[in-house]
Amino acid sequence: MDKTLPDLATAVAGISDGMTVMIGGFGGSGAPIELIHALIDRFIATGHPCELTVVNNNAGNGHVGLAALIEAGMVKKLICSFPRSADPVVFTEAYLAGKITLELVPQGTLAERIRAGGAGIPAFYTPTSYGTDLAKGKPVEVFDGRPYVQERWLKADFAIVKAHLGDRLGNLTYRMAARNFNPLMCMAAATTIVQVSKIVEPGEIDPESVITPGIFVQGVVQVENPAQEEVLNRAKAVYPEVSA
Amino acid sequence: MTAKLSPTQMAWRAAQDIDDGAYVNLGIGFPEMVAKFQPPGREAIFHTENGILGFGEAPAPGTEDWDLINAGKKAVTLKPGTAFFHHADSFAMVRGGHLDVAILGAYEVAENGDLANWSTGPKGVPAVGGAMDLVHGAKRVAVITDHVTKDGKPKLLKACSLPLTGVGCVTRVYSSLAVIDIEGGRFVLREKMPSLSVEDLQAMTGAELHITAPVADLIVPEL
Repeated sequence: MDKTLPDLATAVAGISDGMTVMIGGFGGSGAPIELIHALIDRFIATGHPCELTVVNNNAGNGHVGLAALIEAGMVKKLICSFPRSADPVVFTEAYLAGKITLELVPQGTLAERIRAGGAGIPAFYTPTSYGTDLAKGKPVEVFDGRPYVQERWLKADFAIVKAHLGDRLGNLTYRMAARNFNPLMCMAAATTIVQVSKIVEPGEIDPESVITPGIFVQGVVQVENPAQEEVLNRAKAVYPEVSA
Repeated sequence: MTAKLSPTQMAWRAAQDIDDGAYVNLGIGFPEMVAKFQPPGREAIFHTENGILGFGEAPAPGTEDWDLINAGKKAVTLKPGTAFFHHADSFAMVRGGHLDVAILGAYEVAENGDLANWSTGPKGVPAVGGAMDLVHGAKRVAVITDHVTKDGKPKLLKACSLPLTGVGCVTRVYSSLAVIDIEGGRFVLREKMPSLSVEDLQAMTGAELHITAPVADLIVPEL
C-alpha cells in the first residue's frame, strides 16, 4: 500500500465540477494553501473544476487560499460558521452580488455534522440554535423535558486538508491548533487528500501519537515549509500572482 | 455624561466571579480581556473553540506561530499543561456541559435570558461562529456589554428585537453601569455605579429592575 502522491496537480486531479469539497483549517491554521492553489491552477488551465460547494469554518481572508478560490469564481455555495475575517472582501462582494450562496451553521453543529458524516450517523439532536432563525424548518424534539433541534450529517466528495507528518499508509499528526476540523473532514469525505510537511516511513509516527489513522486518508502529498495564510496576507499576497 | 466602566473594567469585574479550577470560554473581543484579570491564587483554564485548553497570553510581536491561535484568530502561547484537540472534542466540551463559564458580548439581552449577539438583521453578511453552541453548553453564561447602545437606547430589554442567539440562556450581565442577574424571568439588580441612582439606572433599562437584597456599589479599579 502506498498512498503517497508525486505532486500537487496529481493530488487534486480527481476533483470535478459540482462536487462538495471540505477544505480544512480554522482561519489560516490547518488550511491547505498549496492544494487550494493547485486547484486554482487547474481551473485557470482547463476551466475546471467549478460550481463547487465548499465546507470550511470561514470564508477566506485576503486574496490567497479559500479567498482566491472564491475570487476565481469556482465556488457556488459555501457552508460555514463565520464568513468574516480581517479582510473578507472577496467573499463579501461575491455574497452581496448574489454570486455565491451561504449556508450558515453554528460552529459546533458544523463540526458534529461533519463528524456524523464520517461516523455514519445520518442525524442527531442538539440544543444549539433552538428558537433561532438557524433552526427554521428543522424538526424539534423534546428529550427529558428539553427541546432539541435535529441536524443532518454532512459528507463530501473530497476533503483537502493540511497535516504535519504523514506516512504512505495515510497515518497523520497535526501541529498544535492546526488540527481543528481536519481529522473530522478526513472521515467525512469519500476521498481525502492531505498535504503534509514531511512524509515519513511507517513506524516513525509513534502509534500512540497518530491523530488520524490511515483508513480515513486516500492520498498524501509532501509540501515542505507550507505557506501560512496570515504571513501571505501580511505580505499582501494575491493568488494567482499577476504576471508582468 | 454618566460615569461608566470601560470594557477593560467590565472584564475585570467579570473575572472576579471566576472560581479557582473553573473551565472558561471567553468570546471574541472584549470578553478575551477577562483572562488578564484572574484574582491572585486562582487558576482558571481557558478554552478556545479551535481546539486548545490552557493557552497563555499573546506572544511578543514577530514571534507569532500561526498554528497557535485562539478563536479570534489571534496568536496565543503555550503554557505547561496545554492540551490540543479537534473541533468535535472541543464542542463536546461545550455542549456536553463541561465548561463552567462562558462570557460573551451582546447586542441585546432580554429579562428572560434571551440573548441576541450574532446578527443585526438581514443586511450584510451573517456570521455566528460558536456563540449558539456556547450559550447552551456552559453551566453559567454571562454577558459583558455597554448598558445602552451608542445612541443611548437600552440593550437590556423585555424582549430582544434582533435575531436570537439562544433562548433563556444568560444568567448574569456585567454592564458598563451595573451587575444584574437574570432569575425567574426578570432582571435582579446586584451592583450599580455608586454615582447613579436606581431611578437613573431604571431609566436606561428597557425592563423592570428588581431589588431583592441591598444593592452593592460597583467598584472597579482604574485600569
